[in-house]
Amino acid sequence: MDKIKLTIDNTLVEVEKGTTVLEAAKLTGVDIPTLCYLKLEDTAFENTPGGCRMCVVEVEGRRNLAPSCKTQCEDGMFVSTHTPRVVNARRTVMELILSDHPFECLVCTKSGKCDLQSLAQDLGIREIHYQGEKSTYKGDESPGIIREPEKCIMCRRCETACNDVQTVGTLSALYRGFGSVVAPAFEMDLDHSSCTFCGQCVAVCPTGALIERDNTWKVMEAIMNPKKTVIVQTAPAVRAALGEEFGYEAGTLVTGKMVSALRKIGFDYVFDTDFAADLTIMEEGTELLERLNKHLQGDKNVKLPMLTSCCPGWVNFFEYHFPDMLDIPSTAKSPQQMFGAIAKSYFAEKMNIDRKDLVVVSVMPCLAKKFEAARPEFAVDGDPDVNVSITTRELAQMIKSANLNFDALKDDDFDRPLGESSGAGVIFGSTGGVIEAAVRTAYELHTGKTLEKVDFNELRGFEGIRSATIDFDGLPINIGIAHGLGNARTLLEEIRAGKSQFHAIEIMACPGGCIGGGGQPYHHGDVSILKKRQIAIYQEDAGKPIRKSHENPYIQNLYKEYLGAPCSEKSHELLHTNYFAKKKKIEIE
Amino acid sequence: MAKDKIQVLVCSGTGCRASKSDEIVKNISQAVIENDIDKDVQVIRTGCFGFCEKGPIVKMVPDNTFYVQVSPDDAEELVAEHLVKGRKVERLLYENPETKERISDSKHMDFYKKQIRIALRNCGFINPENIEEYIAKDGYMALGKVLTELTPEKTIGLLIKSGLRGRGGGGFPTGLKWELTRKVKAEQKYVVCNADEGDPGAFMDRSILEGDPHSVLEAMAINGYCTGADRGLIYIRAEYPLAIERLKIAINQAREYGLLGENIMGTGFNFDIEIRYGAGAFVCGEETALIHSMEGLRGEPGVKPPFPSEKGYKEKPTNVNNVETYANIPPIILKGADWFASIGTEKSKGTKVFALAGKVNNVGLIEVPMGITLREVIFDIGGGIKDGKKFKAVQTGGPSGGCLTEKHLDIPIDYDNLIAAGSMMGSGGMIVMDESDCMVSMAKFYLDFTVEESCGKCAPCRIGNKRLYELLDKITEGKGTEEDLFKLRNLANVVKDTSLCGLGQTSPNPVLSTMDNFPEEYEAHVKDSKCHAGQCTALMQYIIKEDACTGCTLCVRVCPVDAISGERKMAHFINQDICIKCGACMEKCKFDAIYIA
Amino acid sequence: MTKVKSLEDLKKIRDELQAKVSLREKAEHYEQLIQVKVSMATCGIASGAKETMEYMINELDNKAVDAVVSQTGCMGYCYAEPTIEITRQGEEPVVFGYVDIEKAQEIIDKYIISGEMVDGIIPVNYKTLKDD
Repeated sequence: MDKIKLTIDNTLVEVEKGTTVLEAAKLTGVDIPTLCYLKLEDTAFENTPGGCRMCVVEVEGRRNLAPSCKTQCEDGMFVSTHTPRVVNARRTVMELILSDHPFECLVCTKSGKCDLQSLAQDLGIREIHYQGEKSTYKGDESPGIIREPEKCIMCRRCETACNDVQTVGTLSALYRGFGSVVAPAFEMDLDHSSCTFCGQCVAVCPTGALIERDNTWKVMEAIMNPKKTVIVQTAPAVRAALGEEFGYEAGTLVTGKMVSALRKIGFDYVFDTDFAADLTIMEEGTELLERLNKHLQGDKNVKLPMLTSCCPGWVNFFEYHFPDMLDIPSTAKSPQQMFGAIAKSYFAEKMNIDRKDLVVVSVMPCLAKKFEAARPEFAVDGDPDVNVSITTRELAQMIKSANLNFDALKDDDFDRPLGESSGAGVIFGSTGGVIEAAVRTAYELHTGKTLEKVDFNELRGFEGIRSATIDFDGLPINIGIAHGLGNARTLLEEIRAGKSQFHAIEIMACPGGCIGGGGQPYHHGDVSILKKRQIAIYQEDAGKPIRKSHENPYIQNLYKEYLGAPCSEKSHELLHTNYFAKKKKIEIE
Repeated sequence: MAKDKIQVLVCSGTGCRASKSDEIVKNISQAVIENDIDKDVQVIRTGCFGFCEKGPIVKMVPDNTFYVQVSPDDAEELVAEHLVKGRKVERLLYENPETKERISDSKHMDFYKKQIRIALRNCGFINPENIEEYIAKDGYMALGKVLTELTPEKTIGLLIKSGLRGRGGGGFPTGLKWELTRKVKAEQKYVVCNADEGDPGAFMDRSILEGDPHSVLEAMAINGYCTGADRGLIYIRAEYPLAIERLKIAINQAREYGLLGENIMGTGFNFDIEIRYGAGAFVCGEETALIHSMEGLRGEPGVKPPFPSEKGYKEKPTNVNNVETYANIPPIILKGADWFASIGTEKSKGTKVFALAGKVNNVGLIEVPMGITLREVIFDIGGGIKDGKKFKAVQTGGPSGGCLTEKHLDIPIDYDNLIAAGSMMGSGGMIVMDESDCMVSMAKFYLDFTVEESCGKCAPCRIGNKRLYELLDKITEGKGTEEDLFKLRNLANVVKDTSLCGLGQTSPNPVLSTMDNFPEEYEAHVKDSKCHAGQCTALMQYIIKEDACTGCTLCVRVCPVDAISGERKMAHFINQDICIKCGACMEKCKFDAIYIA
Repeated sequence: MTKVKSLEDLKKIRDELQAKVSLREKAEHYEQLIQVKVSMATCGIASGAKETMEYMINELDNKAVDAVVSQTGCMGYCYAEPTIEITRQGEEPVVFGYVDIEKAQEIIDKYIISGEMVDGIIPVNYKTLKDD
């Protein structure tokens, strides 16, 4: 590598060719402020439009200030990051951005977590000298995501997430000049657009322009209603991230405190989505084996690879973008919906509660789960299997609103029977986890042998597309894994072209899987946070006495008492679903 | 081939067509037939002659008679008198405004005397829809010469030596730009013609494309040969339908003649050209935005580097040049670098086409040698200020440029001098202002334009220009404070210093240059609430002189808002709270009893 | 329509097409050329002015003489039609009468090309309509 030397704020620094001034400055201990800039290491996400101009610096010999995020170091360059000219420019541009931003900080969802707010504070803005007209747009309150375009600062992070990373293509810049904003085409509602509600736009939005639909009050209303029995399920990825909202180091498992908090908030039963994840493995694993066997017997009507279907963002994606391939994903519902279906049948019957008086709340790392819960096919006579879905962030909010000292909470256990899970259910929260869980069960069901080693390290990792071949006692099973919808698209296009060699593929819409979901605490661009959550998930798995779904005694009991066998008629009725081709629908209002 | 005895050239540029030049062609052709001289007379539609002030233009050849402001009704007389009887129609000849003498040959008109036409050499001369006329004027000979006699390196060397600089505004040396693209190794390269002319009042590129499209096609092919590209793209705004149509015709004709396509002139060189349409965004004149737009993306600039010469259209090396730059290239190849370099100043060679507009007597399209002074352009070519008013300022470089004043009139026009004077060459807009133009309003006018045309990508341009506009608006409304002037200057400097592309980096120029050159006007607006030019209506008051008012009540009757009251035959009064300053009363008053204060 | 297959081809085509624009090119520096004005009123046309003009144009072109031939109104010498007026650069215009084709040839060869006087001058220093 070619090395070059340059001077930044009178400090000589040596960097590799191709390094930006922003990166080089970091090496000298100078954090040049950024706003639109965001790079997620080890993912396809790179947003460097050079648009906010917060990172401008003075480069000797250049007429204008240079954006350090887009300026490559040159040998002998002389850079100043903190001259009066630079400081005045940054402050003035920040004042400009604020002059076209609502002053709602006190009541804004993003307050305290807002990149714009914190940068304005860092710059010490106390007065906005340039006031004038503010832009107004049509807002949007869709089931998963709320858009408040007045708060959009045109950083384009969401656009990068939606187009470059997820290849969904819903969000893009509209109009021009002062009126420009990022929105779906024609400013249509996200509901009517190609949006998958994966929430990655929300995960990277620096302001409150894109936020989740807040369902916390709906939950409180249910809890406060004496006629209702309110139960809650928590997704695996939540426990690995919730602590961050209370100042814990990323990757701290707070399962026990979370259960305790939920109980104190007033839920009647605190259950675990991991239980339903085990159930999913029973159904999906059995389905995979059925398909595989038929395929091996030469049945041409059976399509392989089979794709996982637990990620609702992913389901929305293929329904919209690959409507010709609806027969490829597993028909198994997602753990959230399996939980809802079992809770409102098996559990309700067992407890003798009318399903209409049973309120199922889910705590998810996800915004698409809100959309999924509201799908009409997941309701009986208008009563949804999952009534309300909230995110990890909303749960943290509820805990704070309930005046609970999270730190002081004692660890507590989930309730039975829907709270017991295997380690296989836990790893659903990470990319590669669902398929690893499925392999643990499918291997034993297929071969009749006991697995010596349950850890399949070859399936774990963070690369966007991974593959591995697992030896099913002489039968090589090719497995593909993709996280991020852009990566999913790559695999799907291979399948469409008839070039896929895989038997099974796991797909997660978000980077890292659910641990990087759109409803998780904000990572502010720090991918190491996601990786720490991932480690925590595998750690919880390793600590579980039972690590295979089919060994979960409560699952075995459920089949014995209620469902019969995996993929039985009753299972199909409750635990499987159909997919619908979504047409591109453009409505211009 | 039967030789034409007489040719009638009728301007068929957009401007003259708007003044019914098509009908003139029709009527002349018909009269020619009726007079039975159609065997001897050919009527030809040409591109723009430049003297738009006096359009539509009809020129008779071979006696070189230049008829101005011709209407379709004049056709019959022109044919019967000039063509049949050989007598000039005096009343349609140009009249020298000073001597009142009728001038029949355009080269004796002040408007043309100081012009040198290189880029416009064929405009108003050939029929742009006929490739044969272009070929007859040595068309495609430069391409032939380059392909058979010169290497790409030598051709680029010749361009460098000629000193040709980009005519789109930046003034980057054209040869050097080509060399940058040539040096990059790639399997596919592109050359692009930037025809996204968008400054208010500018029509240089449009006129060239309408009047001489082949010169651009030929130069693009030369560019392709030199840089190693076999595909050319012309990015043109869809609002230029006539230019688009003529380009299409020209491309098809060039293909038919084998001058575009495979194995051109048997040399093994392949080159073809496609047209891409822009939706008319000013920012798409910026080359990275232009490339994005051609790729079907939002027309937004990217941060340079990488420059298009490395990563351009579809990530491939791309050379972008402006229409006028291209039009200069064939003559340079044929006549030599020394010939071109002999015209102009030390650092700016050749000529520049300007769209002369505003308060001058002769509005039009002119091509003048670099180094000519503003005074010569405005007073000799432009014929001075309209209605005998006093010259105040001239805006060069359109919304990106600045205003120049009396004290700049004698500096030789070239890229560097204009920048040193606080303005820029730009693509060639030149708008002249007189004493009745308010400089604050002028700056506001340009900001209005840039606010509209900003793409919105970077914060300083998106919001800063809007705030600049609002401050200027506040000042013209008489609500500005001295602090606002301070804010205005700081904001203008920051927008200039921090914007992502040339649009925002130059949009504050009209503000800064008017603040520098006319500080007293800004101060008068904020300190005394006065607009001395009388343009800011909010700062004006229409007042009735008591002693001059006869009480005729005419003003009362025309006032649309009933702001005037008074008894018959007594002096009247204007209620300033109601008055909307439309000026109708002053216009109607027969006794000059109403004045503006 | 011809395909241009080489630079030679292009040059050939250009030379063939030159006539299309030569009239206009000449007009650009009209004053520096020999100007031939053929009186083209009814009387002139009746006496064969059209043929004379046609001949003059072609012949001057064949002999590569830089001259412009244009028509003009009646010069008043109706008895001597066709009449033509010739202005050599820097000289006074000269009017010839009875210019049939034979005469035209003589005028071209002698007066126009070499400046030798030829019979048939109408000995009045007459000017046509005022030129600028």
